[in-house]
Amino acid sequence: MKKMFIKLISFLFMIGALSSSAIAIEKLHFVVPGGAGGGWDGCARGTGEALVKSGLLESASFENMSGGGGGKALSWMIKTMPENTVMVQSTPIVLRSISRHSGYVSDSAASGVLSYKDVTPIAGIIGDYGALAVAADSPFKTFQDVVDAYNANPKSVKMAGGSTRGSMDHLIGALAFQSAGANPNDVVYIPYDGGGAALAGLLSGEGQILSTGFSEALAAGDQVRILGITANERSADAPSVPTLKEQGYDAYFVNWRGFFGPPNMNAADRYEIAKMLGDMQSTPEWEVVRKRNAYVNIYNPGFDFMGFLEKQTEEMTDLMKQLGVI
Amino acid sequence: MIEGMMMGINTAFSGYNILMVMMGCFAGTIIGMLPGLGPMSAIALMIPITYGFDPASAMILMAGVYYGAIFGGSTSSILINAPGVAGTVSSSFDGYPMSQQGHAGKALAIAAYASFSGGTIAALFLLVAAPQLAKVSLSFQSADYFALMCVGLLSIAAFASKGQFLKAMIMTALGLALSTVGQDSLSDITRFAFGNINLMDGISFVLLVMATFAMSEAFMIIFKKMDINFKSSDVSKASLGSIKLSKEEVKEMVPTIGRTSVLGFFVGVLPGAGATIASFLAWGFERSIASAKDKLKFGKGSVKGLAAPETANNAACTGSFVPLLTLGIPGSGTTAVMLGALLSFGVQPGPRLYVEQPELFWAVIISMYIGNVVLLVLNLPLIPYIARILAIPKNILVPLVLFFSVTGVYLISFNSFDIYFMAIVALISLVLRVLNYPMPPLILGFILGGMLEKNLRRAVLINDGSFSFIWERPISLSLFIIAILIVLLQVYQGFKKEKE
Repeated sequence: MKKMFIKLISFLFMIGALSSSAIAIEKLHFVVPGGAGGGWDGCARGTGEALVKSGLLESASFENMSGGGGGKALSWMIKTMPENTVMVQSTPIVLRSISRHSGYVSDSAASGVLSYKDVTPIAGIIGDYGALAVAADSPFKTFQDVVDAYNANPKSVKMAGGSTRGSMDHLIGALAFQSAGANPNDVVYIPYDGGGAALAGLLSGEGQILSTGFSEALAAGDQVRILGITANERSADAPSVPTLKEQGYDAYFVNWRGFFGPPNMNAADRYEIAKMLGDMQSTPEWEVVRKRNAYVNIYNPGFDFMGFLEKQTEEMTDLMKQLGVI
Repeated sequence: MIEGMMMGINTAFSGYNILMVMMGCFAGTIIGMLPGLGPMSAIALMIPITYGFDPASAMILMAGVYYGAIFGGSTSSILINAPGVAGTVSSSFDGYPMSQQGHAGKALAIAAYASFSGGTIAALFLLVAAPQLAKVSLSFQSADYFALMCVGLLSIAAFASKGQFLKAMIMTALGLALSTVGQDSLSDITRFAFGNINLMDGISFVLLVMATFAMSEAFMIIFKKMDINFKSSDVSKASLGSIKLSKEEVKEMVPTIGRTSVLGFFVGVLPGAGATIASFLAWGFERSIASAKDKLKFGKGSVKGLAAPETANNAACTGSFVPLLTLGIPGSGTTAVMLGALLSFGVQPGPRLYVEQPELFWAVIISMYIGNVVLLVLNLPLIPYIARILAIPKNILVPLVLFFSVTGVYLISFNSFDIYFMAIVALISLVLRVLNYPMPPLILGFILGGMLEKNLRRAVLINDGSFSFIWERPISLSLFIIAILIVLLQVYQGFKKEKE
């Protein structure tokens, strides 16, 4: 029912957008909530580059606004409501507002914490699924083996990940264990600084299983065996890697990156930018950017994107509650 | 390994990267020559410049800057007895008397040959040792990293110059304290940000280095009213003399270079030690084994006395890349800055670097050879001209340094808060420097602090909350024993001094 309602709304929104004689957007200003050279920065600049080079946009400008784990840029978007401006964000905007990250806490929001709801979600453009991997010489061959070992002795399976407790890497693994009927809070999670360090930890033998992004797991090559990914279907790039779903574990997670407009962005602009981002994905200019960064296109515009964010928020709130991180 | 090496050779010998080494050596020589500006400031100033570069090229440029700065430092030690860096202080012991006797050209040539040989021999060691160590380091677990960092932090204080032990320890502790500001990377909780959104992501490493080194150095020059102009006018007037060495002098130099390059390399590998300690040790070592007649010459323009520290400091620079490239642990303040730079390029040095980015790993090692050759071929003949740089008046120099450090920090974050914060840090470090507190332990404490805490907490987590890993893992246990010995040695020396 809810889904239908969302579809109806997005249909009306599209009609509205098409009928209004919108002035084409020629310039876009990209706000990056982190420093130069980071993941957000690469995504925003790559998008801007592809849009301008492919002629979809006349000019793009960029602004780095780091602070508060992205909270500073978010509250700036809400307060100043800049025109023709979009902000890049990713899964952390969802996670940090759930965990009430200190950079997102604000008196101006009704709930006391800023979230994606306070800005205008335009579209998710790229994403990466989660993956569970073990060292190549590990006795574990399937995720079932891991679950069996865990059931025999929960402390014998330690999970390495590239970021803090309650971060994506933690949640990917926790989700998988949850889908196997285990209490995710009993799984020992060892946080590292980045996927590379977590991989080194796995290979040095101090962790038994690695919870990470699929692209990162693939980059590790034959040093690891990927036991499963959190997608619904196998990936075309690596068809030999099984999904968790096909092994009977209903764990779906995607780390998305996308763009948000100021809270007062009108429907026409929102539609136009979303369409522009969608059109961009079929251009050769974007293909260059995508290949360079090993991005996976997962285009998710407008109200579908909102619905997705809502669902992700619900699921992650439940999981994080179970994990005791909130 | 061969394949990776070939890729590295290809990368290092591309025209672009050779240009990088040359530019790096040249820029490093100039910056290193300026009094007070050493390799740390030189490399820190390069970070914003290299932003957007390919990591291999940036790293190659920085390796060149590193060598250049050390060489430039010895130039000012020899010519005007004003060492640009601590690592070349001992070069002035014999280098300055030599140039006073009218053999400045010869002294510079000895310095250049010794640096070249030291750097090249040490690069050979690195070539052999680094891959082996990289393999061993794959079995390093969090507990072992924690132990190794304890050794590093204790030894930087232990190797501090006389009477500086306590001050170095205080600065290390201050660095550790600063590293706790911001988001706790294991649990996502913000610490010590005092509700300031700009501090929530932690203190920027580049900011800290720029403020404590480049910026506060510029302030120091203003406050010290040091008359560089006067001294440098000496340089341009005095003739440098011939740069040719006699056969006897070469004969005298060769065994010294052989011994001190080995010594320098191994001192450089030790975490916490570095070029400064290596050069002092080498000078003392050569003096102690010299014949009675030769001994008298030390400090009065001895060839050996100049060649020893010059060889050792370059060998130590190369040696300090071993822990950086194989373990991701900086052994010295300078490699700490380099680690910061690498991280900002998205390169994580450590056991995985050798496997995942062999071309980068090898390109850096190979460019060290090229760097040495460039120093010898390019810098030596140009020295009389480069030395004129010492004549730059400080009313041009100081604004230049300030400009580069401020824009450098701003270009990374685009946050004006950082500029104010930087100025405050620079003022505080100016006071600390006037009180004779050393800055490198602060930087090393800051960069190791985060790692130290995380590895300890991880080790405890893996060990189900118990500290037994300290004695259960052989690598950790032996490292902790070394750490304890370092402290005991200091305490013993302190007692001995009191008795006297």
